[in-house]
Amino acid sequence: MAEKVLMKGNEAIGEAAIVAGCRHYFGYPITPQTELTEYMSRRMPKVDGVFLQAESEVAAINMVYGAAGAGARVMTSSSSPGISLKQEGISYIAGAELPCVIVNMMRGGPGLGSIQPAQGDYFQATKGGGHGDYHNIVLAPNSVQELVDITVLSFDLADQYRNPVMILGDGALGQMMEPAEFHSSNTGLVKKPWAAAGMRGRGKPNIINSLYLQPEALEQHNIHLQRKYALIKENEIRYEEIKTEDAELVLVAYGITSRIARSAMERARAEGMKVGMFRPISLWPFPEQQLAKSAENASALLTLELSAGQMIEDVRLSVGNIKPVHFYGRTGGMMPSPQEIYQEIVNIMNGKGGK
Amino acid sequence: MTEKLFARPKSLTDVSTHYCPGCHHGIIHRLIAEVIDELDVQDKTIGVAPVGCSVLCYDYFNFDMIEAAHGRAPATATGVKRVHPDAVVFSYQGDGDLAAIGTAEIVHAAARGEKITTVFVNNAIYGMTGGQMAPTTLVNQVTTTSPYGRNPNFTGMPIKMSEMLATLDGAKYIARVAVNNPVNMIKAKKAIKQAFEIQLNGLGFALVEVLSICPTNWGMSPLEAVEWMEKNMVPYYPLGVFKVPEEVAK
Amino acid sequence: MTHEMIMSGFGGQGIMLMGQLMTYAGMIEEKNVSWIPSYGPEMRGGTAYCSVIVSDEPIGAPMVSEPNIVVAMNLPSLHKFEPVIHPGGALIINSSLIDQEAKRTDIKIFKIPANDIADELGNAKVTNMVVLGAIVAATSCIELESVLKAFTKMFAKKPALLEINEKALRRGAEYIQKNC
Ligand SMILES: Cc1ncc(C[n+]2csc(CCOP(=O)(O)OP(=O)(O)O)c2C)c(N)n1
Ligand code: SF4
Repeated sequence: MAEKVLMKGNEAIGEAAIVAGCRHYFGYPITPQTELTEYMSRRMPKVDGVFLQAESEVAAINMVYGAAGAGARVMTSSSSPGISLKQEGISYIAGAELPCVIVNMMRGGPGLGSIQPAQGDYFQATKGGGHGDYHNIVLAPNSVQELVDITVLSFDLADQYRNPVMILGDGALGQMMEPAEFHSSNTGLVKKPWAAAGMRGRGKPNIINSLYLQPEALEQHNIHLQRKYALIKENEIRYEEIKTEDAELVLVAYGITSRIARSAMERARAEGMKVGMFRPISLWPFPEQQLAKSAENASALLTLELSAGQMIEDVRLSVGNIKPVHFYGRTGGMMPSPQEIYQEIVNIMNGKGGK
Repeated sequence: MTEKLFARPKSLTDVSTHYCPGCHHGIIHRLIAEVIDELDVQDKTIGVAPVGCSVLCYDYFNFDMIEAAHGRAPATATGVKRVHPDAVVFSYQGDGDLAAIGTAEIVHAAARGEKITTVFVNNAIYGMTGGQMAPTTLVNQVTTTSPYGRNPNFTGMPIKMSEMLATLDGAKYIARVAVNNPVNMIKAKKAIKQAFEIQLNGLGFALVEVLSICPTNWGMSPLEAVEWMEKNMVPYYPLGVFKVPEEVAK
Repeated sequence: MTHEMIMSGFGGQGIMLMGQLMTYAGMIEEKNVSWIPSYGPEMRGGTAYCSVIVSDEPIGAPMVSEPNIVVAMNLPSLHKFEPVIHPGGALIINSSLIDQEAKRTDIKIFKIPANDIADELGNAKVTNMVVLGAIVAATSCIELESVLKAFTKMFAKKPALLEINEKALRRGAEYIQKNC
């Protein structure tokens, strides 16, 4: 299917999941990701897949736990309030080392908040979210094509590391339409000899579990998880750099914000200002060293988020205290215009500092 | 009578609602407000709003309100009632809110015999999010997540919440009503009033299920929607009182 | 060349589809394209709009804040978006529903009685296609033929719709060519 099609972000994720071999989807409607749930309800029956609308997000993530434990490529999706409800299940999935893909098309919070785009779930996604010492692999696409590619990649990574992968998008990415091409998964469906699929002559039962009553055993399990996370950090960093080589100011933004930042950057460049952009694609693992290197010659950074400042903590950890890290963010579902960000850039370049 | 029907109850604010033309949410709000006025308890009423089309009902009711998380209104109402046992506490919930994500909360509030009142608006669909299948969606009904019609092989049969809750000892009053014509509206109001009286008399949990319409997501005119409801919903969800304490029944 | 457009009107006027067809047509011409709607509680009955970008350059922000093309299908849309049009840009007004004049003098203004033209064609539903034809004629942002190709693709399952929609599209374009 190499022909380009024009698709909404939410629907493109659904089609990409099917292309990646996902045949089990469990979800619950919530704006602004409902189109994905609806797309799966139409498409899954056509490919002999399972679509099930759960009674809640809590149920949906536990259906995912079951399906992943039984060896399937499985996905669920929601938006902020629903993702909060899934946290218990995600912790169990991480503990039991099950592969699955979880999509969060973020909206304004906290609480019921709004249905407009936001990036206020960065902490929740990258720092744990549920209880215990675990990490999701967190990927943040910024176009419909990347939603497609990253969805396919997410299934491969989930299987490779037996780890939940979260796709962190937002309401704008879900609603927008852009051309996309679909390419199938690299690894394809992999064998899962560990799955609880019925012994069927295996001889030894497979147990899917996150309970280790002996502290020694649980500590060993945690050490094993941490080793795995170290491996992921080593191998799965993803990012994009644009015009950072000579940049005096490096913008740092992910997802939809990076699109707006890019427009602002072009505007500044057109005015002769040396501005570049660093875009983390993997938010966990965060491209710490790559960002530090990218900003080596810059005199300042400007972090841009649809939040009151969450990723900025990782930016600061990456570059240390040697250079100023400015911040500009909008919250509640408000989106900055390129002009707004351009103005911030001008202020910083003129030495007036940012907000 | 006429005058009373058309004057705005004290317990409603003077703002126009965001509901679609023909939607029954507005009528149901009005009946509740009239009952609160007649019982003269506006001053000590605390309502709990759901997540659903009626999420903004805190703007329409003219008494204290708390907006709950999706499905959790009965738990939130429980908390309120345990702080203010003398207050009149009710939750207002749609079928996605009450019969899907909030099933545990409503069952346990009823089982505990929580002295609250619940008004349950069953329109067989998720209105707010644009027409997805609800647990109450009828067999073969087309929604945006049952695009080929609800198939009971994969999704089971629509849940009859009133019948189910009536099996619980803590539930003292359970009725199903509709507001599709003036006669039924009078019956509906009577049921709502009884449900609040049960609470005022400290008898236990009371719930009134109101069959409602969603012309927007059913893809019908309000008139067609009422007809569809009468023809399809009422036979599956029979109107009537499923449970009532003896002393009240008399 | 970058065309940044906002198309705005009542929910139900076919604004979203109009934008999608434009986007699709741009894709057929192998340009970079994006489409993003306004969404939210305003959807039913209120003003709805979408941003469309058709460009030779990679697209940054898909949300258009300084459009060089604005289509106002109703009065609230005119009020909301006339002030933000880039100087030198184009404003297309549906004069069937808007009897006010635009105030700006630094932009090109095109008026088209789209509802009346659609009524003449005997199908009120093609008002949006009349306007789409008008945008193409007024701005040359894409080829009319690409819109037709896009329509054929998007409505592959309903080929019968093409004839009346093509007529509407051409009538919209002709109106602009003759009158503006
Ligand atoms: C945790 C969570 N999940 C999902 C949603 C999205 N949501 C809002 S309202 C709603 C369903 C409303 O349907 P119903 O309860 O039937 O009420 P109606 O709108 O039909 O009156 C859903 C799923 C949410 N707000 N929070
Ligand atoms: S969407 Fe349905 S339930 Fe919601 S206000 Fe409109 S008619 Fe009523």
